[in-house]
Amino acid sequence: MYKILKKQSLNPTVTLMEIEAPAVANKALPGQFIILRVNDEGERIPLTVAGTDKDSGSVTIIFQIVGATTFLLNQKQEGEYISDFVGPLGEASKLDGLKKVCIVGGGVGCAIAWPIAKALHGMGCAVTSIVGFRNKDLVILEDEFAKCSDRLIMMTDDGSYGEHGNVTVPLKRMLEAGEKFDEIITIGPVIMMKFVTLTAKPFGVPVTVSMNPIMIDGTGMCGGCRLTLIRDGKRITKFACVDGPDFDGYEVDFDEAMSRDRMYAEFERHAYENTCNLFRKAE
Amino acid sequence: MPLDPKKHAMPVQDPAVRAHNFNEVALGYTPEIAFEEAARCLNCKNAPCVQGCPVNIDIPGFIAKLKNRDVEGAFKVISASSSLPAVCGRVCPQETQCESKCTMGIRFEPVGIGRLERFVADTHNSADAAPAEAPASNGHRVAVVGSGPSSLTCAGDLAKKGYQVSVFEALHAVGGVLVYGIPEFRLPKRIVAKEVEGLKALGVDIQTNMVIGKTLTVDELFEQGYEAVYIGSGAGLPNFMNIPGESLKGVYSANEFLTRSNLMKAYNSEPVTPIMKGGKVAVVGGGNVAMDAARTALRLGAEKVYIVYRRSMQELPARREEVEHAEEEGIDFRLLNNPVEILGYNNPDDPRDPKNGFVTGMRCIRMELGEPDAKGRRRPVPIPGSEFMLDVDTVIMAIGTSPNPLIKNTTAGLSVNDHGGIIIDENAMTTRENVYAGGDAVTGAATVISAMGAGKKAAEAIDKKLRTA
Repeated sequence: MYKILKKQSLNPTVTLMEIEAPAVANKALPGQFIILRVNDEGERIPLTVAGTDKDSGSVTIIFQIVGATTFLLNQKQEGEYISDFVGPLGEASKLDGLKKVCIVGGGVGCAIAWPIAKALHGMGCAVTSIVGFRNKDLVILEDEFAKCSDRLIMMTDDGSYGEHGNVTVPLKRMLEAGEKFDEIITIGPVIMMKFVTLTAKPFGVPVTVSMNPIMIDGTGMCGGCRLTLIRDGKRITKFACVDGPDFDGYEVDFDEAMSRDRMYAEFERHAYENTCNLFRKAE
Repeated sequence: MPLDPKKHAMPVQDPAVRAHNFNEVALGYTPEIAFEEAARCLNCKNAPCVQGCPVNIDIPGFIAKLKNRDVEGAFKVISASSSLPAVCGRVCPQETQCESKCTMGIRFEPVGIGRLERFVADTHNSADAAPAEAPASNGHRVAVVGSGPSSLTCAGDLAKKGYQVSVFEALHAVGGVLVYGIPEFRLPKRIVAKEVEGLKALGVDIQTNMVIGKTLTVDELFEQGYEAVYIGSGAGLPNFMNIPGESLKGVYSANEFLTRSNLMKAYNSEPVTPIMKGGKVAVVGGGNVAMDAARTALRLGAEKVYIVYRRSMQELPARREEVEHAEEEGIDFRLLNNPVEILGYNNPDDPRDPKNGFVTGMRCIRMELGEPDAKGRRRPVPIPGSEFMLDVDTVIMAIGTSPNPLIKNTTAGLSVNDHGGIIIDENAMTTRENVYAGGDAVTGAATVISAMGAGKKAAEAIDKKLRTA
């Protein structure tokens, strides 16, 4: 059992939790993920590590309430326990030698981008952060990004906060103005990462994307998290859990990844509604 | 009394009924059947059956106890060699091991050794016997990586000798392939749980959610004071055929399909982990895993399940009993067939059509057997122009696995072969001092009992090494 040391609502649909898991806290690096189960009969879901504190032995996770399991997780309070918490899984982000980086985060993906921005900032890398949300109410981690970014550009789809438009708008503007980056690191919805990659392509800037496909074991056993890279015209199968989650954006078949993400969309919608209804009845 | 030439049949659930439930197929011998079957054993002096057993159970010894109706005595004989008798009695391929060497089998049917083993273990387990007591500690600590059959055997054998053993399991449940892979109807989870309880009673410490290579490395295990490490991490990443369409929705590896159903209990009426149920299913491959996947799909409500295998029934590697059970249940074997491409739905007018990207069929080609290959198996060759469509909406690839890279990548000095299997010497030791390995992590996908044999051998080697150190 793993204790919830802290719970904080970042916006109406996004929650931060610190979980007591010293063995994971000792090892986790930016870019890696954990898998948890809320209760004994629960499903396994992967979440990226948003931070660690070796002294308190805690691991920070930030999740959006999108389905039955994240709904159940959000019902848990400080001091309560979850059944399982395993990690760190996947390869850490490769940040060595980077001097100037543009971080592009979207929605709850910003929770994953934030520890990477922090790590880069800590090693003296110049960090430009472009973070986008649908609207003002959904903005998270603005202060945190401000602290570890040399330049921070806030975007909202509806213009209710920061600049109006997609994250690709300021990225394109900077690249067209001749701005050079060693790398663009983008984390968020697959469709956003696809368009960030397409935006960067004419300028030849390396793009790293963080993939978060459907997964079960997370240790290289089930193969459910497979995705396709297109390298020199050849299609190569990779497994996000052990080969990733970071991949070269120019190689990823994003359309296939988006299609696979929707495999259980119908099931998930029902499960979410049923779970919500159960709690409503209980109240 | 003349010897009965045939072994006593195993009582089973009716095929028409069991095809729709997850209850165990084989029901087990009654005491009367078991004692009659035991009477068929000739108690040969040279005991050829024992040589056929990877863990060298004293087979005539335990059967002799059964002849005297001493089931508990029989259990003690088996336990001296095997940590998991209730498991082995169910999933061992006895027909190619102990029973293949049985003297009775030369002229008649061999003694039903596996069925008797299962009877003994089940009778013992249902009797609520006092749990084994942990022996006095010899002060040595050993870490075991993984909790599948090879690891549990290694841990059990060492614990019986007084070692303090810790088992590190990556998943939330203990048992490895016994809980995520082999389905409930062939090996009920309560059987595995019971065996695990037995190990705990021996003092084995089991830690779940520990991924060695990630949460802790092998080097850190030594730093924590473990004197030897046994790696029984099992097979790894599933293989795919590299044909077009394998990323479509509705294409699973057998590992994923079985894990969803077994470990995550997707077979429940209101599962929390989803799985595609119903429709028409093709399972590609001919091993035990393919049979398990096909029969699971059937029980999940598939209207039609095919086994698509590129060779003929003669080469099909699954246990005969599993094949017979599958056939009885109505699995349709499409032999000498090989998939060429998996096709998916695509609505050109509506990219948001929810049906887009789901499997609609599998194009196959007929095969014929050509010249034998290096292993002596006749190589299947496609017959030109013989392609045809199989109407399916789920495809399950059961064509083997490749070793897991996690431990190799984080353990300096650990050598692997061309296939990624960990290299060990005749004492089960890897290229790293005091690091041992066995099971699928070494051999690639194999059987439960061969993994147990490897775990047993490693336990002996570890004991010898640490005692003389």
